[in-house]
Amino acid sequence: MSLVNFTTREITCKIVYYGPGRSGKTTNLQYIYGRVPDDRRGRMVSLATQTDRTLFFDFLPIELGSISGFATRFQLYTVPGQVYYNATRKLVLQGADGVVFVADSQVRQLDENVESLQNLQANLLEQGIDVRTIPVVLQYNKQDLPSDLILAPEELDDQLNFRMVPALGASAVSGKGVFETLRAISERVLRRLSEEQPA
Amino acid sequence: MNGTLNPRFTFETFVVGPANRLAVSAARMASENPGAAYNPLFIYSASGLGKTHLITAVGARARALSPELRVEYLTLEEFVDAYHAAVAAGQGEAFRGRFADVDVILIDDVQFLAQRLETQAELLRLVTQFLEQEHQVVLASDRPPRDIEALDERLISQFAGGLVVDIGPPEFESRLAILRRKAEERGVDFQQAVLAAVAEFEARNVRELLGLLNRLIAFQAVNEGALTVEGARTLLGLETMLRAEEGEGVRVAGAEEPAVAAAKPVDEFADFLDSVGTALARQVEAWRKRLQETAEYWEGRGYRTARLTALLSADTPAGAEGVVRAYEADVERLQALEAEMTSLDPGRAGDPVFRDPERLAEAEAMVGGARGGSGPLPGPAASYTFALYLETDSNRMALTAARAAAAQPGTQYNPLVVTGLNGVGKTHLLHAIGNALAERPDAAVACLSAQRFLDDYVEALDRGRLDAWRARYRRATAFLLDDVQLLALKPGSQEELFHLFNVLFEAERQLVFTASGAPGTIEGLDERLVTRLQGGLVVDLPPADRDVRSAVARRELEARLGTQEEDIVAYLAERPDASLHTLVETVQRVAQEVEGAGDPLDLALVRRVVEGETGTPVRPRRSRGSGVVLSPLAGVRSPEKVIWRWPHVGERLIEDFR
Repeated sequence: MSLVNFTTREITCKIVYYGPGRSGKTTNLQYIYGRVPDDRRGRMVSLATQTDRTLFFDFLPIELGSISGFATRFQLYTVPGQVYYNATRKLVLQGADGVVFVADSQVRQLDENVESLQNLQANLLEQGIDVRTIPVVLQYNKQDLPSDLILAPEELDDQLNFRMVPALGASAVSGKGVFETLRAISERVLRRLSEEQPA
Repeated sequence: MNGTLNPRFTFETFVVGPANRLAVSAARMASENPGAAYNPLFIYSASGLGKTHLITAVGARARALSPELRVEYLTLEEFVDAYHAAVAAGQGEAFRGRFADVDVILIDDVQFLAQRLETQAELLRLVTQFLEQEHQVVLASDRPPRDIEALDERLISQFAGGLVVDIGPPEFESRLAILRRKAEERGVDFQQAVLAAVAEFEARNVRELLGLLNRLIAFQAVNEGALTVEGARTLLGLETMLRAEEGEGVRVAGAEEPAVAAAKPVDEFADFLDSVGTALARQVEAWRKRLQETAEYWEGRGYRTARLTALLSADTPAGAEGVVRAYEADVERLQALEAEMTSLDPGRAGDPVFRDPERLAEAEAMVGGARGGSGPLPGPAASYTFALYLETDSNRMALTAARAAAAQPGTQYNPLVVTGLNGVGKTHLLHAIGNALAERPDAAVACLSAQRFLDDYVEALDRGRLDAWRARYRRATAFLLDDVQLLALKPGSQEELFHLFNVLFEAERQLVFTASGAPGTIEGLDERLVTRLQGGLVVDLPPADRDVRSAVARRELEARLGTQEEDIVAYLAERPDASLHTLVETVQRVAQEVEGAGDPLDLALVRRVVEGETGTPVRPRRSRGSGVVLSPLAGVRSPEKVIWRWPHVGERLIEDFR
């Protein structure tokens, strides 16, 4: 992971939005895309099927400008959520500095969430990354749906968040919780700066 | 350093209130009677309450009252920089001299003395000098002396000897007075009620208060009509909110503000940028802080910190953690080297090279050179072991004590003194202890004759390497000296032995001596040495009786000639004046005779060897001692004759040999 380049004074953070199909990963990125000034964002690359399902991945580069003397750049990726695109997911995960796990809060999607989380863990492990060491944030999306259809964040915590990572409720469609999630993951990623700087 | 004082900082422009009245009175007093009242004057307060103003005012007023007075204002940083520069240029004395004719010295930001031991020492010296000359010292700090970390007690007491006074935050009336005065200075008119409303805001310090005033002035300038109380309050409400943000901003100091944040202050992306910026700056600042602290810490201990400060002056400390680690490792190595040098050659231990991590290689080379120069310690002769030492009833006590000393060095019998006549086996026993001790882990056993000790000492004197010579013996884990009586009437060597004894004894290292008689009976041996030798265990080795001599004769004959003929053994053992030494030598000569002349070995041959030529013992009694290492000059009593190479005279040498 080359997060910080001291020679060129650059910081590049790769953040991957992970989660089961239709949980709202792309929606997160789209919302962010809509809020970033034109001169700060690159073209959002989205390879989707005709029914708007992510086929390959989404990619959104954001220039944060110079922060503390560093040219700071975020690269946001999503993975295709559908089960059979695992090879793509592995590819996208490579070199990730942090992972946002977007869970679908709907009761009937719980199993998919669990399965996807296990898949994340397995794919990371395959790359020699311990899920306990990489910054991960959970987003419980679709909290705006009727309460009888969804699980409350506390219930989702019980099911998914056994590592006690930061978890935020969200409604990506309306933008609620989107930037909060991005901020949470960014802070955790940046906090690792001092641990990873070259000796 | 700055000889000119800020002209704005005078008593006239300083608003006096209950919170600072005492400090101002003391400062006035000090300015009117420099050196006489409240010396040193130590003023402390939180930031922005007027410390610098007040101490500058002291200088300004003192100068106004007596223009001939020399007043100097400097911050502690400037003091440190100048001091370091002077030291680096080898002009430490000149640095001290530069304050000689200063009448009033004003030192600001004294809190940076924390952890700076060298600077503290220098400041202590300076303050003492000023007090002695009755010149005024005024110091300012953001905390009282006691709270300055690791501040020398002597400085604390010296500060306490003058007056230590604080400045509190201004209360409402003072704030109002300050606001009025400042508004007046700026030529802006406010309603009294507006200023009162601002004064109600509990500013933490005067700078903050003036910041508020500036906002009001700026507001007034762009808005027509006088500012109302209401308007000011609104503005203040905004201020309070902003302050919370600025509190965050402090940590971002040095960070460049992202342009977007300013352009769209409320949008989500800008907020996000802010928080990322803060998080990032916090990381960067953390390194900077760590660098700063490390640099201050080591600088305070007298180490050069160029490597760290160079990194500090960079915009972003790249790889700071690694640099700090490497720096600390280097310093640690320097400390080890300096400690080693202290033991090898104390005279060179203070070399500046041990204080500069950039010169680590030089330090390594210097210590390496010193190591080579000191050489190994003289060790025991390998042929003398406990195994070869014949135990008899008569020597059992000495042998047991020797074994005990070897088994529990430094604790059982220390020192162990073995006395006895020539040729009774003292040297053998000494070296046997030495060999046993040398087997211990990390052992450095010095085992030598007093004569060699003396010769080495003289040589060290001659070459001016006395420190290295001392250090070499002082690192011994055991010190065994044969024939200590040879040092009689040699005051210089005795003194060296005395100091060496003390050092090693303190460190619980084993000391063993042999002597021709009980320490108290040796003439010319210093009383302080005698008492020390007597303080351990003194055991006597009696002259070898017939049994011992028989055993030795039998062993030697067997070893050299492969025979144990009883008549020869009996003949050798019964010779009354034969020490074990002469006995061994006799067998040696017999063996030479047998090999050289080819004569058959019989009693007659032995008789001829022993009695044939002179009828006296074979070996000339050239030595009073029995050491294995003997100088050709052993036994010569006159110190002058011991020195065969007269040293080139140094005063010290004459002193030592007087």
